[in-house]
Formats: sequence, C-alpha cells, structure tokens
Amino acid sequence: MEWFQEVLGPAWAPVWTLAKIVAIVLPLLIAVAYLTYAERKIIGWMQVRMGPNRVGFFGFRLWGLGQPIADAVKLMTKEIMLPTGASKALFLTAPVLAIAPAMAAWAVVPFTDRLVLADVDASLLYIMAITSMGVYGVVVAGWASNSKYALLGALRSAAQIVSYEIAMGFALVGVLMSAQSLNLVEIVQGQAGGFWQWYWLPLFPLFLVYLIAGVAETNRAPFDVAEGESEIVAGFHVDYSGMAFAVFFLAEYANMILIAALTAIMFLGGWLSPLPFLPDSALWLFAKMSFVLFCFLWFRATFPRYRYDQIMRLGWKVFIPVTLVWILVVGGFMQTPLGYLFH
Amino acid sequence: MDFASLVFYSFAAILLLSGLRVVTAKNPVHAALALVLAFFTAAAIWLLLEAEFLAITLVLVYVGAVMVLFIFVVMMLDINIEEMRQGFWDYLPIAGLVAGLMAVEMVIVLSGDRFGLSAPAPAPDGFSNTRQLGLLLYTDYVYAFELAAVILLVAIVAAIALTLRRRPNRKVVDVGWQVRQTAEGRIRMVNLKPQKPEYKEEDDE
Repeated sequence: MEWFQEVLGPAWAPVWTLAKIVAIVLPLLIAVAYLTYAERKIIGWMQVRMGPNRVGFFGFRLWGLGQPIADAVKLMTKEIMLPTGASKALFLTAPVLAIAPAMAAWAVVPFTDRLVLADVDASLLYIMAITSMGVYGVVVAGWASNSKYALLGALRSAAQIVSYEIAMGFALVGVLMSAQSLNLVEIVQGQAGGFWQWYWLPLFPLFLVYLIAGVAETNRAPFDVAEGESEIVAGFHVDYSGMAFAVFFLAEYANMILIAALTAIMFLGGWLSPLPFLPDSALWLFAKMSFVLFCFLWFRATFPRYRYDQIMRLGWKVFIPVTLVWILVVGGFMQTPLGYLFH
Repeated sequence: MDFASLVFYSFAAILLLSGLRVVTAKNPVHAALALVLAFFTAAAIWLLLEAEFLAITLVLVYVGAVMVLFIFVVMMLDINIEEMRQGFWDYLPIAGLVAGLMAVEMVIVLSGDRFGLSAPAPAPDGFSNTRQLGLLLYTDYVYAFELAAVILLVAIVAAIALTLRRRPNRKVVDVGWQVRQTAEGRIRMVNLKPQKPEYKEEDDE
C-alpha cells in the first residue's frame, strides 16, 4: 500500500477514496440484486409457491440463483421509450435523482467503529438531509412523463414522504437525545453492553415509528400507493422501460437496505454483539440488517395496501403525537436520577 | 488557485446559473427545480465555510420539505406564464431597490476590513458547529428563539384556520367507528340445510 502511495503521489488521496467508494457501492448493488431474489423466494414460500427456481449457472439450476442476473441483462437490453410530450431532459434525469441519494447516504454509514468512509460530526443530520432528497426522483419522474397516472403517483408519493419524514425525524431526535451526539459512530458506541442496552428498549415507541415510517418512506407495501397497481397502474414509473426503470428499481431496494442499516445502527446496536462476551463485528450489523429486511418482505406478504387517507391519518395523527410524547418522556427522565435508563 | 477556491468558483457559477434559470425558465416546474439546485449549491458553499449545521439544515428543510410542497402545488396548477410576465415593468423599480440594497450589503460584508469588521477566526480542531449553535440558541438567545417558535406556531394555526371549511354532506368515514367494526357486525353466518331442487318424475308414456 505504501508503494502505491509513492507511485501515485498527490493523486493518492482521491484514488484511495474512490477505491473505498467502489468497495461500498459494488457489494451494495450485488445485495440489491439478491434482495430482489430473496423477496421473490421468501414471499413465494409464504404463499406456498416455489418462487424463481429455473435460471442457474452453466446448466445447473442452483435454486434459481441466476434470476437477478438474467433480469438485469433483460432490462439492460430493452429499449428506453420516450413518451410523446415528455420533458426529455427531466425524464432522463429522474432515475438518477432517485438513485443518487440512496447511494450518497452510505458515505457516513459506519460498518464498525473504524470502517466508515467519512466519519463526520453531524452524520445523522447528513443522513436525514440526503434521504429527504430521494422524493425528487419520484416527483420529477411523475411530472416529466406527461401522463395522468404518473402524475397522480408522484403527488401521492410527495405528500406521503413529506408526512412520514417528520415522524422519522422526531424518532431520530429521541436517538440523538439518548446518545447525546449526532455522530453515528458515537451513537452506536453509546449502546454498548448487550442487547438490553440498545436503544430499541428505552426508545421502543420511537423504534416502531421509525421502522414503519421507513417502510412508508421507501414506498414499500403496505404503503405503496405511489405505485398502486390496482388504481394507477404503476404510478410514477409507468412510462419507464429498460434501464431507466431498472434504476428506479435499484433505488427502491438500495433505499430499503439503507433504512435497514440505519435501523440497525440507531436502535439495534449496529456492529455490537447482543451479548457482551461475544466479539463485536460488522457481521452483527449485516445480521441485523438482514432481519430488518426480512421484516420488510414479511410486511409485504402479510398486509393489504393501506387506503390513502388511512396512510395520512397514521402519519399525522398517530406517529407524530407518539414521537412528540416520547421525546418529552425521554427529556423529562433525563432530568431525574432515572436518566441513566435512557442512555 | 487552490482546490477550495476552485470548488467555490464552480459552485458559485452553478448557483448563479440556476438562480438565473429560476427567473427566466418558461415552465414553472423547471423554475422550481432550478431553485432546488440553487438551494443545494448554496448549502455546498456553506459547507466550505465550515457551517455544516446550517448547510445540512438548509438541504433538510428547504430542499427536502419546502420545495417538495412547492413543486407539489406548482405541478397541479395550470400557470399561464405570459400573464405573470405582464407586471414586469410595474415591479421593476421595487425589484431594483431590493437588488441595490442587497448589493450594498454585500459590499459592506465583503470589504469588511475597510469598515472595521473583522473576519471570524478559523475554527479550532474538534469544534462542533451544532453544539455551539445549540448553546447560543438555548442560553443567550433563548427568548428570541422561543418567540420565533411561537410566531411559527401561530402561523401554522392561522394557515390551517384559513383553509378549514365546514362543508355539509361530506362523505367522511369516522375512523373510530371504522376501527370498532368486527367480523360479527359485518358477516352473518347462516346455517342452511342442503337443498335439492324439486324433481318431478315425468311420464315417459
């Protein structure tokens, strides 16, 4: 490594950072591909079906493990259609706007206390700001398509994401009050000492709100009215095809993985092991993320789609009051000798 | 030119161009999106100033929430841009006055040395912008801060009160009633005996 450093000279720092970015994004994209496979398999089993089991490698079926690759190749070779009257530049920018925040947020996500691309002071704020940009992909796509269904999907999505972001933000306020830091590494370190010390227990209402708001924020079932196949065909991406559609797909799944990682970091102790005598490792983080992702798929297989007014009611009249009350409870307890319960 | 000034000038150029697009774009949605770009670039320039809390809050509040609602509204309206352009010459004097004032303010800040203003010292290592702002807001400026919060609350209540209309014959479902429903109230199980249609034996003869 030092040899590289000498050869590259001043170009070393950008090259090294680029290598680290590739080391995060590449596994992320592979994880996205196989999350779609896992989703189809798991929901298949829950519905007593087989799921994809045909496409394999080199003549072996391998339980259908080649399916995501085949899907990606199919989407890449399809033509990207431009609808008549579409705003061309915005139509093609929208998928990029959707996926860029989903990737950029990973810059501050810590995998262990040393394994983090950018250990910035206000990483929690950064995450909140970057993830709030994700709605533009949906809104711009819906408007630029020049289609009624797409516009309706975009409007629904904009209203839904803005509503749930407030609840999500308040849930995170509770976390930063407990951790007394905006730094994700310090937030995890504040949860040290076994699974009963993780923030899911003292902040249980906030944990639930964050998890459910995360499902709504990523437009996943049962909150996927932005797509709503039964009413508005496929919502905001009804006019997209080929790779442009695939990028939206990637963005949705990358966002799911991101929300899973954040839930694991804020409420489930990140890379900390559940029992103090076991060693801490990034593997714990991946295990917790997998659990949250499994819950996402489970929700989709279990619950029917919410009606739009029910979604709005849940966001504004249930979640926001719950988070506000619990923030008051946490703040109040912190002034008493019982404050240690919330740290 | 060092790297920081290169970043600054490229971001400043993007900021100016997007600001120009806001006022010149024919399509209101394009104008609003240009405004989003302008906010985002302004936040990036604030980051260069090491004002990370303000920069991220600008993105979080304005880009992430305010502009989304803005675009939400603009997308649904059928705005005639020609009609909006009509008052251009009437508003020009006021706009010129505002622009002139802003230019004067910028000159005072930028050439601060001549007016006895001193530039802030660069922050020491481990300086937390967020902590510092929080300390100031909740100690020295707590009354002003609370006052601003109350004014905002009043504005929210006023906005809701302005748009609140009681209309008769609304088909709103009472949520509590909806939640209280059980299967027993909705489905009646009836025990029907298996029935056979009457079969008449016909005479073949």
